[in-house]
Amino acid sequence: MQRESAIREPLILGHKTYKDITDDVVGPIMGPASLGWKIMITISSIIAIYGVGSILYLISTGIGAWGLNKTVGWAWDITNFVWWVGIGHAGTLISAVLLLFRQKWRMAINRSAEAMTIFAVIMAAVFPGIHMGRIWLAYYVFPLPNQFGSLWVNFNSPLLWDVFAISTYFSVSLVFWYVGLIPDFATIRDRMVKPLPKKIYGILSFGWSGRAKHWNRFEELSLVLAGIATPLVFSVHSIVSMDFATSVIPGWHTTIFPPYFVSGAVFSGFAMVQTLLLVMRKAYKLEDYIHIKHVEYMNIVIIVTGSIVGVAYLTELFISWYSGVEYESYAFINRFSGPYSMAYWTMMTCNVISPQLFWFKKIRRSFVATFVLSIVVNIGMWFERYVIIVTSLHRDYLPSSWGEFIPTATDVGVFLGTIGIFLTLFLSFTRFFPVLALNELKTILKSSGESYRNEQAK
Amino acid sequence: MKKVFHVMYDDDDKLLVAARELVGKGIHVNEVYSPFPIHGIDPVIGIKRTRLAITSFMYAMTGLTLAVSFMWYTMISDWPMNIGGKPSFSLLENLPAFIPVSFEFSVLCAAHGMVITYLLRNGTFPGMPATNPDPRTTDNMFVMEITTDSNSMNAEELETAIKNTALFELSIKESK
Repeated sequence: MQRESAIREPLILGHKTYKDITDDVVGPIMGPASLGWKIMITISSIIAIYGVGSILYLISTGIGAWGLNKTVGWAWDITNFVWWVGIGHAGTLISAVLLLFRQKWRMAINRSAEAMTIFAVIMAAVFPGIHMGRIWLAYYVFPLPNQFGSLWVNFNSPLLWDVFAISTYFSVSLVFWYVGLIPDFATIRDRMVKPLPKKIYGILSFGWSGRAKHWNRFEELSLVLAGIATPLVFSVHSIVSMDFATSVIPGWHTTIFPPYFVSGAVFSGFAMVQTLLLVMRKAYKLEDYIHIKHVEYMNIVIIVTGSIVGVAYLTELFISWYSGVEYESYAFINRFSGPYSMAYWTMMTCNVISPQLFWFKKIRRSFVATFVLSIVVNIGMWFERYVIIVTSLHRDYLPSSWGEFIPTATDVGVFLGTIGIFLTLFLSFTRFFPVLALNELKTILKSSGESYRNEQAK
Repeated sequence: MKKVFHVMYDDDDKLLVAARELVGKGIHVNEVYSPFPIHGIDPVIGIKRTRLAITSFMYAMTGLTLAVSFMWYTMISDWPMNIGGKPSFSLLENLPAFIPVSFEFSVLCAAHGMVITYLLRNGTFPGMPATNPDPRTTDNMFVMEITTDSNSMNAEELETAIKNTALFELSIKESK
């Protein structure tokens, strides 16, 4: 059996047994839905329905319903796309990278973080789809035979790389998540008394029985999937950044983009995990499993990635001057002093200054401060993408083609709608799915559970 | 007619100790059912390391080959185009631009191929019936399955040996 140093903080608080872990997670699924949950899902569904309406209006009217124009061809749509993909990155980082590093604290948060990943990537995928205008021709992004269309797709283009990256990322995250869910669905199946839910969880659990050989394969599979999901998660946001970096637009044409986007993605993803989990742990009484130590660990990741992002901002700024390229320097002068300077300074404040507050232990270990700062970071990271996209586009090489982007109600409606759909999906997940990885948490109970540790110390 | 012993333990370490003890006496343990992986049980009851990782490598190589040959066919052989002066008339010159898709497709094939193999080998599919002997084995109980037909000892000898371990419950069934 593994042993841990006594001075290390326990990951599971209180006197828990294997049975308690099952009861704490399966109990809320078997019981009736709480009033808070009903209120929250009603509100988020209304927003979601409004979003679906906005999307239908957009598709039936045309892309002109957005505030796009011939100069600013990408604005809120791609901002939202990159924002959502970025949020997704935390889930894979927690479940894959932290698995490779054998970080036990990930086990309390990986299931819900990965659910967040999957829903965020679905929301991200909405945007390039509806941005095409004629969404019924969306299948043209796939390499179809030449006779079908006019030509083959262009494998030299980062936009096509993105199609492969996002679809691989989504489907691999989904199977990784589901494979981990199978044993936990079996736990629910064996607890469930009502016949219909028992039948449904029986189908979802694929007949899992927990044989030793199956567990042996399960662990190997998790390890290999984590091993291949790790380079995958880095490649996805690198490729997203290449959508910009391989173009010849000043402000986009930068080699720093891939690492800067990846750390920005992890940064924003962890902020979203904090926002969601701080509410979830209270609502589902998971305080013993997701407690201040977990929050502190995540805040440390936020400091590291936030600092990388901050350094990247300053490097970009310095290089735009140092390069001596006047278009490049103008793009950056325009960023911080032009018509969109508000967005730039919001981004700088939220992403560079606010995460630095986590150096203070009091702030890092405070639920309230973490919750507030996580929302600040979410806002800051949205503005980062907005700044990169809109300020680089709106002043073209020719001053005669200069323009400005003003969002319309449809822009706002579609964006809010995706938040609504995302929250609806996430709330449904917390109601019907095991929100903690039961089978993984049970493996660390003896080495990291508080009562077991105290017994050992005696 | 064989007898099936389902020996239940309320702790993974107790099961591990008991399994070592019984195997030491020359008893063959058919199966262990547990709510989570018991580390260290595999060598005791004679389970070899799975070869699943090798299959994943093979799927990845298949994906890589498919992706590169498809891109060669569409971009170089079937319809070469001059896109912004980027090289598009030989595979070698164009290869750097093919790296992202080659990588993504290899990962796609490796992950899905491996998961499908995993489900096939486990025999776990949507709608399959649960085969664990007791519903508590997905919660907090650990069950060891021992049968008379895979052991040279008779039922009584097995039962005494099993009862000497720190068991929680014992159920004996007869089956064909």
